[in-house]
Amino acid sequence: MAAAKPDNRILDVEETYPRDRMTALQLDRLRRIVDYAKSRVPFFKKGLAGISGNDLKTLDDVRRLPFTTKADLHKSYPLGFLATPRNEIARIHGSSGTTGKMTFVPYSKNDLRNWTRLVARFLVAGGLRPGHLVQISFGYGLFTGGFGLHYGVEEAGAAVVPAASGNSERQLAILRDLQPDGLVCTPSYALALGEAIRAKGIRPEDLNLKFGFFGAEPWTEEMRGRIEDDIGLFATDNYGLSEVIGPGASGECVERTGMHFSEDHFLVECLDPDTLEAVPDGEKGELVITTLTKEAMPVIRYRTRDIASLSHAPCPCGRTGVKMSRVSGRSDDMLIIRGVNVYPTQIEEALLRIREVAPHYLIEVSRPDSMDEAIVKVEIVPEFFSASMRDMVTIQERIEGAISSVTGIRMGVELIAPQTLERFQGKAKRVLDKRPKPE
Amino acid sequence: MKIKQIAIFMENKPGHLRTICRVLADAGVNINTLSLADTSQYGILRLLSQDWERAREILAKSGFVVNVTEVLAVEVDDRPGGLFTLLDIVGDADLNIEYMYAFTHHVGKSAVMILRFDDPDKAISLLQAKNVRFLSGSDIFGKA
Repeated sequence: MAAAKPDNRILDVEETYPRDRMTALQLDRLRRIVDYAKSRVPFFKKGLAGISGNDLKTLDDVRRLPFTTKADLHKSYPLGFLATPRNEIARIHGSSGTTGKMTFVPYSKNDLRNWTRLVARFLVAGGLRPGHLVQISFGYGLFTGGFGLHYGVEEAGAAVVPAASGNSERQLAILRDLQPDGLVCTPSYALALGEAIRAKGIRPEDLNLKFGFFGAEPWTEEMRGRIEDDIGLFATDNYGLSEVIGPGASGECVERTGMHFSEDHFLVECLDPDTLEAVPDGEKGELVITTLTKEAMPVIRYRTRDIASLSHAPCPCGRTGVKMSRVSGRSDDMLIIRGVNVYPTQIEEALLRIREVAPHYLIEVSRPDSMDEAIVKVEIVPEFFSASMRDMVTIQERIEGAISSVTGIRMGVELIAPQTLERFQGKAKRVLDKRPKPE
Repeated sequence: MKIKQIAIFMENKPGHLRTICRVLADAGVNINTLSLADTSQYGILRLLSQDWERAREILAKSGFVVNVTEVLAVEVDDRPGGLFTLLDIVGDADLNIEYMYAFTHHVGKSAVMILRFDDPDKAISLLQAKNVRFLSGSDIFGKA
């Protein structure tokens, strides 16, 4: 049984600004950030040459600005986008990239303060109140999920059990013995916990969970239903990416008709990924985000590669922030497996280290029970085929080790005969994603 | 003394073994014995044939991944404890058997085991000293 829908509460007045007021605030901040970025970051100095903040007369003029891509961030590795003096960095997070290289994201003190507030906004929107206890089962580390949610919960006046990820036995003990009101983790981990709870004979009513905040990977309404039934809570979705801030760029309210953007901090566009023209409300496109207040690493028109739609329809909760749908896909080939970003090129990089196999592969991702499972099918090189099973298993284990060291997650490896994977003339299809997809 | 074994990589797909057998049958190659090692994903088919060179050629030409390995054929008394006696000697000689399987025909009154060692030459010299009797290709194929 899902828990009751929490009351609607709004943390900040900015969440309810009328459209004209928000537009004025956004235009003002956009002008400032353009001048700021241009004066401090070589990439923007070059890209924004010949344009200054004052040239932007309306928000639509944002289309005159060039895009920023993940590749641009890579070229400036490690901290080429840093816009403050180095000693003003308050923290650095990171995410994985296409070639196994990290993207580092620095935050100033003000950035952390804003981020914490934005996380608190969606937590309050989804039911969190002062006095509540929240179990955070996200990894704490470079990944923005753990620390981002941690400080957001504290900002909302609630308490945290930083359970971190993994060790389901211990997670269950905390759920049962400390009786937290809320749970934070990836949706697939929530499903796995739900199953572990049932396997242990624990009933949802033995727990005190009222709400859950699940993010960091795409999920479906069907998964939401299962999580709510299995654990007995009210589940909301939230969205963000480390390049613009981390979780908290947008989040659901209790109406659950989309994730409200915090438009006072982000200017979001939804564009056709091929033509790069704006698509109308309700139509799917790639989200492109400009940070309006980031100090340490502002980005202008950052191409998230996330496909979703936007809606400006009024929301009964009173928030006016534009809502985004669930992310239904990517405009590049990035995969999110158990909350971790994985690019097929990383698999290629790992395979190139192993001479016994050809760099032909297919990544099959499925969700057999509740956790994502990835299997990489790899063609063996005929001269390394051995009649000894031990030799074959050794090759397999070496590939698994190489993949794990490049991507940071474990994937199964299946050896297949040479010349059995389809050869591609143009862009190779390297991924077979069998997981259920949001509409 | 050493016998050539053909190993074939098999994906775990229905009909795979049948295809291999048809290729060999069409080429008139007789399989004298075989063993199949499998994981949940793939298998290794090991077989002995008098015409191993032809088997290798025809299978490779048909697109199979084939490998030739040297194995040893050992005579084992066909009575309770026969295999134990052999393994006892192998163990005492501190030799490691990677895998083994039975030959499907008797040679005289004995059963025949096919063994693969890490180092076949070392195994031959150590085991011959213990009076283990090895069979040649003509011993096993001739009488099969």
